[in-house]
Amino acid sequence: MGSNKSTLQHIPNAEELMEETGFSAAHIQRLYDRFQLLDRDQMGGLRNEDFEAIPELVTNPIKDRIIGAFLSPGKDMVDFPSFVRVLAHFQPTNSKRSKTSSQEQYNSPTRKLQFVFQLYDQDRDGKISKTEMLQVLQEMLRMEETDEQLQSVMEKAFQEADLDQDDAISFDEFKKSLEKLDISEKMSIGFLC
Amino acid sequence: MAALRQSTLCFYVFCLLMWVCQANEPAVHDPTSDTSDAGNANETHSEEHSEEGGPITTLPIVSWKWHHVETPYIVALWVLVCWLCKLVIEANHHVTNVIPESALLICFGFILGGIIWGADKVQTFSLTPTVFFFYLLPQIILDAGYFMPNKLFFSNLGGILIHAIIGTCWNAATVGLSLWGCHVGGAMGDIDIGLLQYLLYGSLLSAVDPVAVIAVFEQVHVNEVLFIMVFGESLLNDGVTVVLFNVFDAFVSLGGAEIDAAEIIKGIISFFVVAFGGALVGVVFGLLLSLLTRCTKNIQIIEPGFVFVLGYLSYLTAEMLSLSAILSITFCGVCCQKYINANMDEKSVTTVRYAMKVFANGSETMIFVFLGISAIDKTIWVWNTGFILLTLLFVFVYRCIGVFFLTWIQNKFRLVPLDFTDRLIMSYGGLRGAVAYGLAVLLDENKIKERPLMIGTTLIVVYFTVILQGITMKPLVTWLKVKRATSSDLMLIGKVQNKVFDHLLVAIEDISGQKGHNYMRDKWNNFESKWLSWILMKPSARKKHDHVFDVFHQLNLRDALDYVAEGECKGSLEFIRNETAYIDFRKKFGDDFSDISMPDITIDMGDTTIANPYTRQDTFRRDTVPSISLEMHEQTMNGLRESEDMNTHHLLQQHLYKGRKQHRHRYSRSHFDVNQDENEVQEIFQRTMRNRLESFKSGKMGVTPPKTITKHSKKDTQQKMPNGKSMDKTRSYHSGDEDFEFSEESSASGYTGSIPRVSYTAGVGIENPAFMPDLDPMAPVQIPPWLAEGETDSATVAPSQRAQAGLPWTPSNLRRLAPLRISTRSSDSFVLADTLPSSSRERDELPPPPSPPPSPPHS
Repeated sequence: MGSNKSTLQHIPNAEELMEETGFSAAHIQRLYDRFQLLDRDQMGGLRNEDFEAIPELVTNPIKDRIIGAFLSPGKDMVDFPSFVRVLAHFQPTNSKRSKTSSQEQYNSPTRKLQFVFQLYDQDRDGKISKTEMLQVLQEMLRMEETDEQLQSVMEKAFQEADLDQDDAISFDEFKKSLEKLDISEKMSIGFLC
Repeated sequence: MAALRQSTLCFYVFCLLMWVCQANEPAVHDPTSDTSDAGNANETHSEEHSEEGGPITTLPIVSWKWHHVETPYIVALWVLVCWLCKLVIEANHHVTNVIPESALLICFGFILGGIIWGADKVQTFSLTPTVFFFYLLPQIILDAGYFMPNKLFFSNLGGILIHAIIGTCWNAATVGLSLWGCHVGGAMGDIDIGLLQYLLYGSLLSAVDPVAVIAVFEQVHVNEVLFIMVFGESLLNDGVTVVLFNVFDAFVSLGGAEIDAAEIIKGIISFFVVAFGGALVGVVFGLLLSLLTRCTKNIQIIEPGFVFVLGYLSYLTAEMLSLSAILSITFCGVCCQKYINANMDEKSVTTVRYAMKVFANGSETMIFVFLGISAIDKTIWVWNTGFILLTLLFVFVYRCIGVFFLTWIQNKFRLVPLDFTDRLIMSYGGLRGAVAYGLAVLLDENKIKERPLMIGTTLIVVYFTVILQGITMKPLVTWLKVKRATSSDLMLIGKVQNKVFDHLLVAIEDISGQKGHNYMRDKWNNFESKWLSWILMKPSARKKHDHVFDVFHQLNLRDALDYVAEGECKGSLEFIRNETAYIDFRKKFGDDFSDISMPDITIDMGDTTIANPYTRQDTFRRDTVPSISLEMHEQTMNGLRESEDMNTHHLLQQHLYKGRKQHRHRYSRSHFDVNQDENEVQEIFQRTMRNRLESFKSGKMGVTPPKTITKHSKKDTQQKMPNGKSMDKTRSYHSGDEDFEFSEESSASGYTGSIPRVSYTAGVGIENPAFMPDLDPMAPVQIPPWLAEGETDSATVAPSQRAQAGLPWTPSNLRRLAPLRISTRSSDSFVLADTLPSSSRERDELPPPPSPPPSPPHS
């Protein structure tokens, strides 16, 4: 670990980021390298085009939403700390760490769920409207099904989740409808060192 | 009461069994005939002659030919007895809640074995390796492979393999070595077992048994990761066990002096060849099977048989090549499941599923019963307290140590680590079973002096793990609060969310530049859908629907069942006739008119109606009903449909069509369908249409149907058919046919207003009040001709002269006609009330809505 610290010198605020996100120094280093690689014009931030340039991402049907989740509203660039913070959502939930710090961690189930919720909620009004749900379905399944079928799937999904029947799914409703899923397991990836 | 009856039944069977044993006795002492070998069905025919004794003097009317049928008879009887045991056990739920079924079956085996022992004074029947490995085991493993949750299995494959390979070797080595150590230390007294024999013994005891694991874990619903770890290990460790067993068996034969490094290296190589070769054979057969099901469309009846035959062949082929047969049949099932399910007809898939369960469950039952029976045999019991107790102890302790050590290593790499309770259950779930016993029986008596002791101890280990650990498993799981399998409620939003997660995780791995599980899975999925599906699936199946839609349809189906149940509770079969039904009617007729048969129509009407409860409020959306919904849920509908079918069939027979031909249920070996006769269908169609025209005319114009019109209409039917069909396709009912003077809204009100229609249906003389009178050919005649004038005045929907001559005979149009006629008649029914003759008076004088109408007689 000690040897890693020296290599972190050139990364701004590395210590705080580690503290905040729970990534180890090796993780931060690795992510920083990746960040530099993606940041082709060396602007110190990733823009939409930088994400679009990732070859594997091209085939992903919901890539626009995911890129959108990295960019905070109003900005067209994501700097390294924000980049790491977004990725921190995908760390496996670690019970030990959440006990030590008072603030809720990025990788807590609720934060993970909030992240997913934002993928649906494109206008950030705290609700998933029917149109927003339909858009997600269309993006993922358009190749296979007609719009009418997607429409009916969407209606059905709303029947399940929209408990107060206001034609929108609030975060609480969203959380409730997904409580059977093991969020912390489903939304984690193993970050390599 | 039922339990009592079952016990009596069983008692009879036991008596029968005893009698068989008695009768069997001469054959048993005959050294040439091995009665316990069930597969040996080629019974000698010469015996039957000797039975009858010498040259016959007269023609025997009946003769007693026991030996002629002996072997198959005994086999069949044993199957019956074992299954009856299961029946008795499952009838007592309070017992099976505490003691697992497998343990109870073994206990039943003890009893049966005791009976045989009492009758024969020698153990006639026991589980032989041949029967077990060739006739009982394959179907269980095939079942396990075919129903394997693939995603779960492959995402945990690493951990499973570590346990299956390293864990099994560890078990074999430590148990063997420790026993040898104790032997040298003098803990077992005077027995003649060398180090290699101990290792051989350790290797046959090392494998966790798939049959026992399935049986016990099926009743304890632990979380899926834990289950797949234990279950997957039990399946995959077979390759290791077989190799270890063979290697040490060879070493024992060679003797200690002959073993050098080269032999050991050969042993290690043979492990890889046996395991991967077995898996490869399975994959090859799985792909063959998938390809084969691409072209079995024309032999649907035996289509499911291919799955079993090829599965069994993969098992035998691997066995022939001395590869791991269990691995082979497992991978055959795992590989083909997706493609055969897509390629085969829905009904065939259902057949495969059920038949697979019948075979697997049936032979599992037999295995446990015979494990019990085999115990009651004096020849295998050589008691050696030290040996037996130490074996039990070592088997248990080293399993725990192995599991804890291996999971500790794995947890360093696992995303979601296995916690302490999971690991405890994993070690506790190391059940040994029939595979160990089968291998023990295979030991060579000449080479291993203490074979009986080993068999006996193996049996004790099996009983200990299956009975004791099986019984305590459930309380332990409850006590440790092991994460249970969540009852997976079908939630559409959850499935959609899963799909989002899949894409999201892949994207995050891409962005953060890692090639993890999700990346791999994504690549595999792309490859699979691009190449494998293209090769292995038939074109029609290739256009698959996303899993989300499967769930969607299942949910719809569930709602539909509720809907029907509700409808039936109210005693109304209205849903058969409501407006969504005719779509299907039309669709069927439009698509394949010649194929249709009367029962089909009624069935599908029921289906479509209930499949789209959401689109009913919107009459135009109905046209976009996904056509898959017609077929998707037939499988799950069966239970409901039976009564449903009866009702509708009954109604139709009574009111719609009296079949002229009596051979409606013909026997056919290759087809289930009855009434496929094209002429008959034509006739049904024409008669229905004629009835409708007549009723229409008499209702509207007050003309009693003259013969001439009938003839005329018959001719028309033939001519207008193609016209009607083409209209259907363009879906222009109103614009395409200017003969109709119906206003747009009147026709709309006609076919949407199914609810008000019911109020006029309570007619005397119609048996089922819920049934629409317009299907009754007699109803319109009841309106007397002298009232015709009054009716024509108010008939806003009367067709023009041209329309009368040339009504388009498409079903869709006629469907629309029916409600129209009724609604007009009902609107002026008060005019008729006074002048009506008695025959039709009752109909109109009845209070309109008989709510709720009495339920139909069949429900």
